[in-house]
Amino acid sequence: MTKLAVLNKVFPMRWRGSMETFMTLLIWSVACFVVGVLLWLLSDLIWHGMGQISWTFLTTAPQKAGRAGGIAPILVSTALIVGVCLATAIPLGVGTAILLVEFSPQHSLFGRLVRLSLEVLAGVPSIVFGLFGNAFFSKTLGLGFSILAGGLTLACMVLPILIRATQEGLRAVPNDYRRSAAALGLSRTATLWVLLLPAAMPGLSVGILLGLGRAIAETAALIFTSGSVDRMPESLLDSGRALSVHIFDLAMNISGGEANAYASALLLILSLMVINAIISGLAHWFRDSRIQVI
Amino acid sequence: MRQHSASLTAPRLSTVQTQNLTLHYGKKAAFKDVTLTLDPGKITTLIGPSGCGKTSFLNCLNRIVELTLNSVISGRILLEDQDIRTLNVINLRRRIGMLFQKPNPFPLSIQKNIEFPLRHHGIKSQRRIDEIIENSLQQVGLWQEVKDRLKTPALSLSGGQQQRLCLARALALDPEILLMDEPCSALDPISSEIIEDLFLRLRGRYTFLVVTHNLAQAKRIGDRTALFWVQEGSGTLIEAGTTPQLFENPQHALTRAYITGKKG
Repeated sequence: MTKLAVLNKVFPMRWRGSMETFMTLLIWSVACFVVGVLLWLLSDLIWHGMGQISWTFLTTAPQKAGRAGGIAPILVSTALIVGVCLATAIPLGVGTAILLVEFSPQHSLFGRLVRLSLEVLAGVPSIVFGLFGNAFFSKTLGLGFSILAGGLTLACMVLPILIRATQEGLRAVPNDYRRSAAALGLSRTATLWVLLLPAAMPGLSVGILLGLGRAIAETAALIFTSGSVDRMPESLLDSGRALSVHIFDLAMNISGGEANAYASALLLILSLMVINAIISGLAHWFRDSRIQVI
Repeated sequence: MRQHSASLTAPRLSTVQTQNLTLHYGKKAAFKDVTLTLDPGKITTLIGPSGCGKTSFLNCLNRIVELTLNSVISGRILLEDQDIRTLNVINLRRRIGMLFQKPNPFPLSIQKNIEFPLRHHGIKSQRRIDEIIENSLQQVGLWQEVKDRLKTPALSLSGGQQQRLCLARALALDPEILLMDEPCSALDPISSEIIEDLFLRLRGRYTFLVVTHNLAQAKRIGDRTALFWVQEGSGTLIEAGTTPQLFENPQHALTRAYITGKKG
Protein backbone atom coordinates (compact mmCIF):
# COMPACT_ATOMS: atom_id res chain seq x y z
CA MET A 1 0.00 0.00 0.00
CA THR A 2 1.37 3.41 -0.87
CA LYS A 3 1.83 6.07 1.75
CA LEU A 4 -1.05 8.05 0.32
CA ALA A 5 -3.37 5.07 0.51
CA VAL A 6 -2.45 4.53 4.16
CA LEU A 7 -3.03 8.18 4.85
CA ASN A 8 -6.43 8.04 3.17
CA LYS A 9 -7.42 5.03 5.19
CA VAL A 10 -6.37 6.52 8.54
CA PHE A 11 -7.69 9.99 7.83
CA PRO A 12 -10.54 9.88 5.30
CA MET A 13 -10.79 12.98 3.13
CA ARG A 14 -13.83 14.38 4.91
CA TRP A 15 -11.94 14.43 8.22
CA ARG A 16 -8.92 16.22 6.89
CA GLY A 17 -10.19 19.73 7.49
CA SER A 18 -11.19 19.13 11.10
CA MET A 19 -8.02 17.12 11.68
CA GLU A 20 -6.01 20.15 10.57
CA THR A 21 -7.93 22.39 12.97
CA PHE A 22 -7.52 19.92 15.79
CA MET A 23 -3.76 19.66 15.26
CA THR A 24 -3.38 23.43 15.12
CA LEU A 25 -5.32 23.77 18.35
CA LEU A 26 -3.25 21.06 19.99
CA ILE A 27 0.05 22.70 19.05
CA TRP A 28 -1.13 26.09 20.23
CA SER A 29 -2.39 24.76 23.51
CA VAL A 30 0.90 22.99 24.22
CA ALA A 31 2.76 26.22 23.52
CA CYS A 32 0.35 28.19 25.73
CA PHE A 33 0.77 25.64 28.50
CA VAL A 34 4.54 26.05 28.50
CA VAL A 35 4.33 29.83 28.55
CA GLY A 36 1.56 29.58 31.14
CA VAL A 37 3.69 27.60 33.57
CA LEU A 38 6.45 30.19 33.34
CA LEU A 39 4.00 33.06 33.81
CA TRP A 40 2.36 31.33 36.75
CA LEU A 41 5.72 30.78 38.41
CA LEU A 42 6.78 34.37 37.82
CA SER A 43 3.50 35.89 38.95
CA ASP A 44 3.51 33.76 42.10
CA LEU A 45 7.00 35.00 42.91
CA ILE A 46 6.10 38.59 42.13
CA TRP A 47 2.84 38.40 44.10
CA HIS A 48 4.52 37.09 47.23
CA GLY A 49 7.95 38.58 46.89
CA MET A 50 7.61 42.01 45.33
CA GLY A 51 6.29 43.59 48.54
CA GLN A 52 9.47 42.65 50.43
CA ILE A 53 11.91 44.05 47.93
CA SER A 54 13.10 47.53 48.74
CA TRP A 55 16.34 49.43 48.78
CA THR A 56 16.78 48.54 52.45
CA PHE A 57 16.21 44.88 51.67
CA LEU A 58 18.99 44.99 49.09
CA THR A 59 21.47 46.89 51.23
CA THR A 60 21.20 45.57 54.78
CA ALA A 61 22.27 42.37 56.49
CA PRO A 62 19.75 39.68 57.46
CA GLN A 63 18.43 39.69 61.02
CA LYS A 64 16.78 36.97 63.10
CA ALA A 65 18.23 34.23 60.86
CA GLY A 66 16.79 35.90 57.77
CA ARG A 67 13.21 36.43 58.95
CA ALA A 68 13.87 40.13 58.95
CA GLY A 69 16.45 42.49 57.50
CA GLY A 70 17.94 42.32 54.03
CA ILE A 71 20.21 40.15 51.95
CA ALA A 72 23.17 42.38 51.08
CA PRO A 73 25.91 39.93 52.20
CA ILE A 74 24.17 37.11 50.38
CA LEU A 75 24.09 39.06 47.12
CA VAL A 76 27.78 39.86 47.50
CA SER A 77 28.68 36.24 48.28
CA THR A 78 26.64 34.99 45.33
CA ALA A 79 28.32 37.44 42.95
CA LEU A 80 31.75 36.40 44.22
CA ILE A 81 31.04 32.67 43.97
CA VAL A 82 29.66 33.00 40.45
CA GLY A 83 32.56 35.30 39.56
CA VAL A 84 35.16 32.77 40.75
CA CYS A 85 33.28 30.02 38.92
CA LEU A 86 33.14 31.82 35.56
CA ALA A 87 36.65 33.24 35.81
CA THR A 88 37.98 29.70 36.18
CA ALA A 89 35.58 27.81 33.95
CA ILE A 90 35.51 30.08 30.88
CA PRO A 91 39.25 30.04 30.08
CA LEU A 92 39.56 26.34 30.91
CA GLY A 93 36.41 25.37 29.03
CA VAL A 94 37.06 27.44 25.92
CA GLY A 95 40.68 26.27 25.86
CA THR A 96 39.70 22.62 26.10
CA ALA A 97 37.05 22.97 23.41
CA ILE A 98 39.52 24.66 21.06
CA LEU A 99 42.06 21.91 21.70
CA LEU A 100 39.47 19.21 21.03
CA VAL A 101 37.92 20.69 17.91
CA GLU A 102 40.80 22.48 16.25
CA PHE A 103 43.96 20.74 17.31
CA SER A 104 43.20 17.09 17.97
CA PRO A 105 41.91 14.72 15.31
CA GLN A 106 38.24 13.88 15.70
CA HIS A 107 38.84 10.21 16.44
CA SER A 108 42.10 10.26 18.39
CA LEU A 109 42.25 8.27 21.60
CA PHE A 110 42.89 11.45 23.57
CA GLY A 111 39.86 13.17 22.07
CA ARG A 112 37.65 10.16 22.73
CA LEU A 113 38.78 9.90 26.35
CA VAL A 114 38.15 13.58 27.02
CA ARG A 115 34.74 13.40 25.35
CA LEU A 116 33.76 10.35 27.37
CA SER A 117 34.79 11.95 30.65
CA LEU A 118 32.86 15.08 29.76
CA GLU A 119 29.71 13.07 29.13
CA VAL A 120 30.07 11.31 32.46
CA LEU A 121 30.85 14.57 34.27
CA ALA A 122 27.81 16.30 32.77
CA GLY A 123 25.58 13.61 34.25
CA VAL A 124 27.03 13.59 37.76
CA PRO A 125 24.51 14.85 40.37
CA SER A 126 25.47 18.12 42.00
CA ILE A 127 25.58 16.62 45.48
CA VAL A 128 28.49 14.46 44.33
CA PHE A 129 30.30 17.57 43.13
CA GLY A 130 29.60 19.05 46.54
CA LEU A 131 31.20 16.11 48.33
CA PHE A 132 34.14 16.16 45.94
CA GLY A 133 34.58 19.91 46.42
CA ASN A 134 34.43 19.48 50.16
CA ALA A 135 37.01 16.69 50.13
CA PHE A 136 39.35 18.26 47.59
CA PHE A 137 39.10 22.05 47.77
CA SER A 138 38.01 22.45 51.40
CA LYS A 139 40.07 19.69 53.04
CA THR A 140 42.95 18.62 50.80
CA LEU A 141 43.78 22.10 49.53
CA GLY A 142 42.86 23.56 52.89
CA LEU A 143 40.50 26.24 51.56
CA GLY A 144 37.93 25.36 54.22
CA PHE A 145 34.35 26.54 53.82
CA SER A 146 35.05 29.46 51.54
CA ILE A 147 33.77 31.36 48.55
CA LEU A 148 36.86 30.20 46.66
CA ALA A 149 36.12 26.53 47.37
CA GLY A 150 32.48 27.01 46.36
CA GLY A 151 33.33 28.86 43.16
CA LEU A 152 35.90 26.25 42.13
CA THR A 153 33.45 23.42 42.81
CA LEU A 154 30.86 25.14 40.64
CA ALA A 155 33.51 25.61 37.95
CA CYS A 156 34.04 21.82 37.84
CA MET A 157 30.30 21.43 37.51
CA VAL A 158 29.74 23.87 34.66
CA LEU A 159 32.91 22.93 32.78
CA PRO A 160 31.32 20.08 30.78
CA ILE A 161 28.39 22.29 29.73
CA LEU A 162 30.72 25.06 28.66
CA ILE A 163 33.06 22.78 26.76
CA ARG A 164 30.20 21.08 24.97
CA ALA A 165 28.62 24.36 23.88
CA THR A 166 31.92 25.80 22.68
CA GLN A 167 32.63 22.62 20.75
CA GLU A 168 29.23 22.82 19.07
CA GLY A 169 29.81 26.49 18.29
CA LEU A 170 33.21 25.80 16.70
CA ARG A 171 31.94 22.77 14.76
CA ALA A 172 29.14 24.87 13.31
CA VAL A 173 31.68 27.18 11.66
CA PRO A 174 31.97 26.09 8.02
CA ASN A 175 35.17 24.20 7.20
CA ASP A 176 35.54 26.51 4.20
CA TYR A 177 36.90 29.19 6.51
CA ARG A 178 39.63 26.89 7.79
CA ARG A 179 40.61 25.67 4.35
CA SER A 180 40.62 29.04 2.66
CA ALA A 181 42.55 30.56 5.57
CA ALA A 182 45.10 27.76 5.42
CA ALA A 183 45.41 28.19 1.64
CA LEU A 184 46.31 31.84 2.20
CA GLY A 185 49.09 30.81 4.55
CA LEU A 186 47.33 32.01 7.69
CA SER A 187 48.32 30.34 10.94
CA ARG A 188 45.78 28.40 12.94
CA THR A 189 46.00 30.86 15.80
CA ALA A 190 45.21 33.83 13.58
CA THR A 191 42.35 31.96 11.93
CA LEU A 192 40.99 31.02 15.31
CA TRP A 193 41.19 34.50 16.71
CA VAL A 194 39.94 36.46 13.71
CA LEU A 195 37.40 34.06 12.21
CA LEU A 196 36.50 30.98 14.20
CA LEU A 197 36.03 32.31 17.73
CA PRO A 198 33.88 35.29 16.71
CA ALA A 199 31.75 33.01 14.55
CA ALA A 200 31.41 30.54 17.44
CA MET A 201 30.58 33.29 19.90
CA PRO A 202 26.78 32.87 19.95
CA GLY A 203 27.21 29.16 20.73
CA LEU A 204 29.75 29.96 23.39
CA SER A 205 27.42 32.47 25.01
CA VAL A 206 24.65 29.88 25.16
CA GLY A 207 27.11 27.63 26.99
CA ILE A 208 28.03 30.36 29.44
CA LEU A 209 24.36 31.08 30.06
CA LEU A 210 23.49 27.43 30.65
CA GLY A 211 26.49 27.03 32.92
CA LEU A 212 25.69 30.22 34.76
CA GLY A 213 22.09 29.15 35.18
CA ARG A 214 23.25 25.92 36.74
CA ALA A 215 25.83 27.69 38.92
CA ILE A 216 23.56 30.40 40.23
CA ALA A 217 20.79 27.95 41.08
CA GLU A 218 23.10 25.47 42.76
CA THR A 219 22.42 24.63 46.38
CA ALA A 220 23.63 21.13 47.13
CA ALA A 221 27.19 21.62 45.98
CA LEU A 222 27.54 24.90 47.83
CA ILE A 223 26.32 23.84 51.26
CA PHE A 224 29.41 21.61 51.54
CA THR A 225 31.90 24.07 50.11
CA SER A 226 31.09 27.72 50.59
CA GLY A 227 28.97 27.06 53.67
CA SER A 228 26.04 29.07 54.88
CA VAL A 229 27.46 31.87 56.99
CA ASP A 230 25.32 34.93 56.25
CA ARG A 231 27.83 37.62 57.25
CA MET A 232 29.38 39.98 54.72
CA PRO A 233 32.45 38.18 53.32
CA GLU A 234 35.75 39.99 53.73
CA SER A 235 37.81 37.92 51.32
CA LEU A 236 37.46 34.95 48.97
CA LEU A 237 38.62 32.73 51.81
CA ASP A 238 35.62 33.66 53.95
CA SER A 239 32.59 31.46 54.01
CA GLY A 240 29.62 33.00 52.18
CA ARG A 241 26.00 32.09 51.69
CA ALA A 242 24.73 31.94 48.13
CA LEU A 243 21.20 33.10 47.24
CA SER A 244 19.97 29.60 46.52
CA VAL A 245 21.30 28.33 49.85
CA HIS A 246 19.60 31.27 51.55
CA ILE A 247 16.29 30.45 49.89
CA PHE A 248 16.62 26.80 50.85
CA ASP A 249 17.40 27.72 54.46
CA LEU A 250 14.56 30.22 54.75
CA ALA A 251 12.03 27.92 53.19
CA MET A 252 13.00 24.72 54.98
CA ASN A 253 14.57 25.58 58.30
CA ILE A 254 13.27 28.96 59.43
CA SER A 255 9.63 29.28 60.36
CA GLY A 256 8.32 32.66 59.29
CA GLY A 257 10.99 32.97 56.62
CA GLU A 258 8.69 32.41 53.62
CA ALA A 259 8.19 36.06 52.73
CA ASN A 260 11.91 36.70 52.48
CA ALA A 261 12.41 33.40 50.71
CA TYR A 262 9.98 34.58 48.02
CA ALA A 263 11.72 37.91 47.74
CA SER A 264 15.13 36.21 47.40
CA ALA A 265 13.81 33.82 44.79
CA LEU A 266 12.39 36.70 42.80
CA LEU A 267 15.76 38.45 42.96
CA LEU A 268 17.47 35.26 41.81
CA ILE A 269 15.23 35.03 38.74
CA LEU A 270 15.57 38.73 37.97
CA SER A 271 19.34 38.67 38.23
CA LEU A 272 19.47 35.62 35.98
CA MET A 273 17.44 37.48 33.35
CA VAL A 274 19.63 40.56 33.57
CA ILE A 275 22.82 38.51 33.31
CA ASN A 276 21.34 36.61 30.33
CA ALA A 277 20.68 39.85 28.53
CA ILE A 278 24.14 41.21 29.29
CA ILE A 279 26.00 38.08 28.20
CA SER A 280 24.15 37.56 24.95
CA GLY A 281 24.50 41.28 24.23
CA LEU A 282 28.26 41.08 24.84
CA ALA A 283 28.58 37.95 22.69
CA HIS A 284 26.81 39.56 19.74
CA TRP A 285 28.81 42.74 20.17
CA PHE A 286 32.05 40.74 20.19
CA ARG A 287 31.03 38.84 17.07
CA ASP A 288 29.74 41.84 15.16
CA SER A 289 32.77 43.94 15.99
CA ARG A 290 34.95 41.29 14.37
CA ILE A 291 33.06 39.60 11.61
CA GLN A 292 30.17 40.56 9.35
CA VAL A 293 27.51 37.94 9.02
CA ILE A 294 24.73 38.54 6.57
CA MET B 1 49.51 45.77 -18.42
CA ARG B 2 48.60 46.91 -14.95
CA GLN B 3 51.30 47.10 -12.34
CA HIS B 4 50.91 44.44 -9.74
CA SER B 5 51.50 45.26 -6.09
CA ALA B 6 54.92 43.79 -5.70
CA SER B 7 55.90 43.57 -9.31
CA LEU B 8 58.31 46.42 -9.64
CA THR B 9 60.58 43.52 -10.41
CA ALA B 10 59.63 41.25 -13.28
CA PRO B 11 57.11 38.54 -12.29
CA ARG B 12 58.75 35.38 -11.04
CA LEU B 13 57.65 32.53 -13.21
CA SER B 14 58.00 29.31 -11.33
CA THR B 15 57.44 25.74 -12.17
CA VAL B 16 56.04 22.90 -10.15
CA GLN B 17 57.00 19.33 -10.77
CA THR B 18 55.64 16.17 -9.23
CA GLN B 19 57.63 12.95 -9.31
CA ASN B 20 55.83 9.64 -8.73
CA LEU B 21 53.37 11.43 -6.47
CA THR B 22 50.96 9.12 -4.66
CA LEU B 23 48.31 10.11 -2.15
CA HIS B 24 46.57 7.78 0.25
CA TYR B 25 43.59 8.54 2.46
CA GLY B 26 44.07 5.84 5.07
CA LYS B 27 44.40 2.62 3.05
CA LYS B 28 42.70 3.93 -0.06
CA ALA B 29 44.83 5.50 -2.77
CA ALA B 30 43.34 8.71 -4.17
CA PHE B 31 45.83 8.70 -7.05
CA LYS B 32 49.04 6.90 -7.85
CA ASP B 33 52.37 7.64 -9.43
CA VAL B 34 51.64 11.00 -10.99
CA THR B 35 54.61 12.65 -12.68
CA LEU B 36 53.62 15.99 -14.13
CA THR B 37 55.29 19.32 -14.77
CA LEU B 38 53.52 22.69 -14.76
CA ASP B 39 55.19 24.95 -17.31
CA PRO B 40 56.05 28.41 -16.00
CA GLY B 41 53.59 31.10 -17.01
CA LYS B 42 51.31 28.61 -18.74
CA ILE B 43 47.82 27.39 -17.96
CA THR B 44 47.66 23.66 -17.39
CA THR B 45 44.14 22.27 -17.28
CA LEU B 46 43.35 19.06 -15.47
CA ILE B 47 40.37 17.06 -16.75
CA GLY B 48 38.76 13.74 -15.96
CA PRO B 49 35.58 12.21 -14.52
CA SER B 50 34.49 12.76 -10.90
CA GLY B 51 36.46 10.95 -8.25
CA CYS B 52 39.60 10.52 -10.32
CA GLY B 53 41.77 12.44 -7.87
CA LYS B 54 42.07 15.78 -9.69
CA THR B 55 41.16 17.87 -6.65
CA SER B 56 43.23 15.68 -4.34
CA PHE B 57 46.21 16.21 -6.63
CA LEU B 58 45.68 19.98 -6.52
CA ASN B 59 45.43 19.90 -2.73
CA CYS B 60 48.82 18.23 -2.47
CA LEU B 61 50.66 21.03 -4.20
CA ASN B 62 50.09 23.58 -1.43
CA ARG B 63 49.98 20.89 1.26
CA ILE B 64 46.40 21.78 2.12
CA VAL B 65 45.71 18.05 1.92
CA GLU B 66 47.41 17.79 5.30
CA LEU B 67 44.25 19.23 6.85
CA THR B 68 42.52 16.01 5.87
CA LEU B 69 42.81 13.21 8.38
CA ASN B 70 44.91 10.17 7.46
CA SER B 71 46.33 11.64 4.27
CA VAL B 72 49.75 10.25 3.39
CA ILE B 73 51.81 11.57 0.52
CA SER B 74 54.69 9.75 -1.09
CA GLY B 75 56.83 10.82 -4.01
CA ARG B 76 58.17 14.30 -4.49
CA ILE B 77 56.78 17.75 -5.27
CA LEU B 78 59.32 20.30 -6.41
CA LEU B 79 58.75 24.04 -6.50
CA GLU B 80 61.65 25.44 -8.49
CA ASP B 81 63.79 22.39 -7.68
CA GLN B 82 63.07 22.59 -3.96
CA ASP B 83 61.13 19.83 -2.27
CA ILE B 84 58.07 21.59 -0.84
CA ARG B 85 58.32 19.56 2.34
CA THR B 86 61.55 21.41 3.15
CA LEU B 87 59.84 24.79 2.76
CA ASN B 88 58.04 26.64 5.52
CA VAL B 89 54.36 25.83 4.96
CA ILE B 90 53.19 29.42 5.56
CA ASN B 91 55.61 30.72 2.92
CA LEU B 92 54.78 27.88 0.58
CA ARG B 93 51.10 28.80 0.67
CA ARG B 94 51.94 32.41 0.11
CA ARG B 95 53.82 31.43 -3.05
CA ILE B 96 51.07 29.05 -4.20
CA GLY B 97 47.64 30.69 -4.22
CA MET B 98 44.41 28.75 -4.45
CA LEU B 99 40.85 29.32 -5.58
CA PHE B 100 38.13 26.92 -4.44
CA GLN B 101 35.10 25.50 -6.16
CA LYS B 102 32.69 27.51 -4.05
CA PRO B 103 33.52 31.18 -3.52
CA ASN B 104 34.59 31.43 0.11
CA PRO B 105 35.32 34.99 1.18
CA PHE B 106 35.69 35.47 4.92
CA PRO B 107 32.73 36.96 6.80
CA LEU B 108 34.61 40.26 6.95
CA SER B 109 34.40 43.45 4.94
CA ILE B 110 35.64 43.44 1.35
CA GLN B 111 38.70 45.37 2.43
CA LYS B 112 39.45 43.18 5.47
CA ASN B 113 39.29 40.06 3.31
CA ILE B 114 42.46 41.21 1.55
CA GLU B 115 43.97 43.14 4.45
CA PHE B 116 43.87 40.35 7.03
CA PRO B 117 46.14 37.93 5.12
CA LEU B 118 48.47 40.78 4.14
CA ARG B 119 48.93 41.88 7.73
CA HIS B 120 49.44 38.31 8.77
CA HIS B 121 52.28 38.04 6.28
CA GLY B 122 53.97 41.03 7.84
CA ILE B 123 52.89 43.96 5.68
CA LYS B 124 52.21 46.68 8.22
CA SER B 125 52.04 50.02 6.44
CA GLN B 126 48.43 51.03 5.84
CA ARG B 127 49.40 52.98 2.70
CA ARG B 128 51.07 49.94 1.23
CA ILE B 129 48.10 47.77 2.16
CA ASP B 130 45.61 50.17 0.54
CA GLU B 131 47.77 50.20 -2.56
CA ILE B 132 47.85 46.42 -2.79
CA ILE B 133 44.09 46.19 -2.18
CA GLU B 134 43.42 48.59 -5.03
CA ASN B 135 45.87 46.86 -7.35
CA SER B 136 44.58 43.38 -6.76
CA LEU B 137 40.95 44.45 -7.08
CA GLN B 138 41.91 46.24 -10.33
CA GLN B 139 43.49 43.05 -11.60
CA VAL B 140 40.27 41.11 -11.21
CA GLY B 141 38.15 43.98 -12.54
CA LEU B 142 36.32 44.48 -9.27
CA TRP B 143 37.71 47.87 -8.25
CA GLN B 144 35.17 49.98 -10.13
CA GLU B 145 32.32 47.90 -8.71
CA VAL B 146 33.34 48.00 -5.06
CA LYS B 147 35.64 50.99 -4.51
CA ASP B 148 32.88 52.98 -2.78
CA ARG B 149 31.85 50.16 -0.48
CA LEU B 150 35.05 48.52 0.66
CA LYS B 151 33.73 48.42 4.22
CA THR B 152 30.59 46.47 3.38
CA PRO B 153 30.40 42.71 4.01
CA ALA B 154 32.07 40.57 1.38
CA LEU B 155 29.19 38.13 1.67
CA SER B 156 26.82 40.76 0.27
CA LEU B 157 28.55 40.48 -3.11
CA SER B 158 27.15 38.22 -5.85
CA GLY B 159 28.66 34.77 -6.35
CA GLY B 160 30.76 35.85 -9.30
CA GLN B 161 31.99 38.94 -7.48
CA GLN B 162 32.82 36.84 -4.43
CA GLN B 163 34.91 34.50 -6.55
CA ARG B 164 36.76 37.46 -8.08
CA LEU B 165 37.35 38.83 -4.58
CA CYS B 166 38.83 35.48 -3.59
CA LEU B 167 41.10 35.64 -6.62
CA ALA B 168 42.11 39.20 -5.68
CA ARG B 169 42.80 38.02 -2.14
CA ALA B 170 45.12 35.34 -3.52
CA LEU B 171 46.80 37.74 -5.97
CA ALA B 172 47.41 40.28 -3.20
CA LEU B 173 49.95 37.90 -1.67
CA ASP B 174 51.90 38.00 -4.94
CA PRO B 175 51.94 34.25 -5.58
CA GLU B 176 53.92 32.46 -8.27
CA ILE B 177 51.55 29.57 -8.81
CA LEU B 178 47.74 29.62 -8.86
CA LEU B 179 45.75 26.46 -8.19
CA MET B 180 42.12 26.56 -9.31
CA ASP B 181 39.68 23.89 -8.22
CA GLU B 182 36.76 24.06 -10.66
CA PRO B 183 36.61 27.80 -10.07
CA CYS B 184 33.58 28.36 -12.30
CA SER B 185 31.43 25.37 -11.47
CA ALA B 186 29.36 27.22 -8.85
CA LEU B 187 28.91 30.32 -11.02
CA ASP B 188 26.41 31.45 -13.63
CA PRO B 189 27.58 31.49 -17.27
CA ILE B 190 28.27 35.24 -17.35
CA SER B 191 30.34 35.27 -14.14
CA SER B 192 32.10 32.17 -15.30
CA GLU B 193 33.04 33.87 -18.56
CA ILE B 194 34.44 36.84 -16.64
CA ILE B 195 36.62 34.53 -14.55
CA GLU B 196 37.80 32.68 -17.64
CA ASP B 197 38.76 35.96 -19.29
CA LEU B 198 40.72 36.85 -16.17
CA PHE B 199 42.76 33.68 -16.44
CA LEU B 200 43.59 34.48 -20.03
CA ARG B 201 44.61 38.03 -19.06
CA LEU B 202 46.80 36.75 -16.24
CA ARG B 203 48.37 34.05 -18.36
CA GLY B 204 52.10 34.61 -18.61
CA ARG B 205 52.26 36.25 -15.20
CA TYR B 206 51.45 33.22 -13.09
CA THR B 207 51.73 29.48 -13.50
CA PHE B 208 48.20 28.06 -13.50
CA LEU B 209 46.78 24.67 -12.72
CA VAL B 210 43.04 24.62 -13.39
CA VAL B 211 40.91 21.62 -12.52
CA THR B 212 37.74 21.62 -14.58
CA HIS B 213 34.81 19.40 -15.47
CA ASN B 214 34.11 21.53 -18.45
CA LEU B 215 35.94 20.15 -21.49
CA ALA B 216 35.16 23.21 -23.60
CA GLN B 217 36.69 25.40 -20.91
CA ALA B 218 39.76 23.19 -20.67
CA LYS B 219 40.19 23.56 -24.41
CA ARG B 220 39.57 27.33 -24.46
CA ILE B 221 41.95 28.38 -21.72
CA GLY B 222 44.53 25.59 -21.57
CA ASP B 223 48.07 25.69 -22.91
CA ARG B 224 48.61 22.19 -21.69
CA THR B 225 46.06 19.61 -20.59
CA ALA B 226 46.31 16.47 -18.50
CA LEU B 227 43.72 13.71 -18.21
CA PHE B 228 43.17 11.76 -14.99
CA TRP B 229 41.21 8.53 -14.90
CA VAL B 230 40.23 5.98 -12.29
CA GLN B 231 42.11 2.75 -12.86
CA GLU B 232 42.01 -0.13 -10.40
CA GLY B 233 40.26 2.01 -7.82
CA SER B 234 42.62 4.95 -7.80
CA GLY B 235 43.35 7.98 -9.95
CA THR B 236 46.02 7.75 -12.61
CA LEU B 237 47.48 10.26 -15.02
CA ILE B 238 46.56 8.92 -18.45
CA GLU B 239 47.96 11.48 -20.76
CA ALA B 240 49.42 14.98 -20.69
CA GLY B 241 50.37 17.23 -23.57
CA THR B 242 49.72 20.55 -25.21
CA THR B 243 46.02 21.30 -25.29
CA PRO B 244 45.58 21.26 -29.09
CA GLN B 245 47.49 18.02 -29.35
CA LEU B 246 45.50 16.34 -26.58
CA PHE B 247 42.18 17.36 -28.04
CA GLU B 248 42.97 16.87 -31.70
CA ASN B 249 45.38 14.01 -31.66
CA PRO B 250 45.01 12.06 -28.43
CA GLN B 251 47.50 9.23 -27.98
CA HIS B 252 45.46 7.16 -25.58
CA ALA B 253 42.18 5.39 -26.31
CA LEU B 254 40.66 6.62 -23.03
CA THR B 255 41.47 10.21 -23.88
CA ARG B 256 39.82 9.83 -27.26
CA ALA B 257 36.73 8.28 -25.67
CA TYR B 258 36.52 10.99 -23.01
CA ILE B 259 36.92 14.03 -25.22
CA THR B 260 34.42 12.71 -27.73
CA GLY B 261 31.94 12.06 -24.95
CA LYS B 262 31.90 8.28 -25.31
CA LYS B 263 33.15 7.80 -21.77
CA GLY B 264 33.16 9.69 -18.49
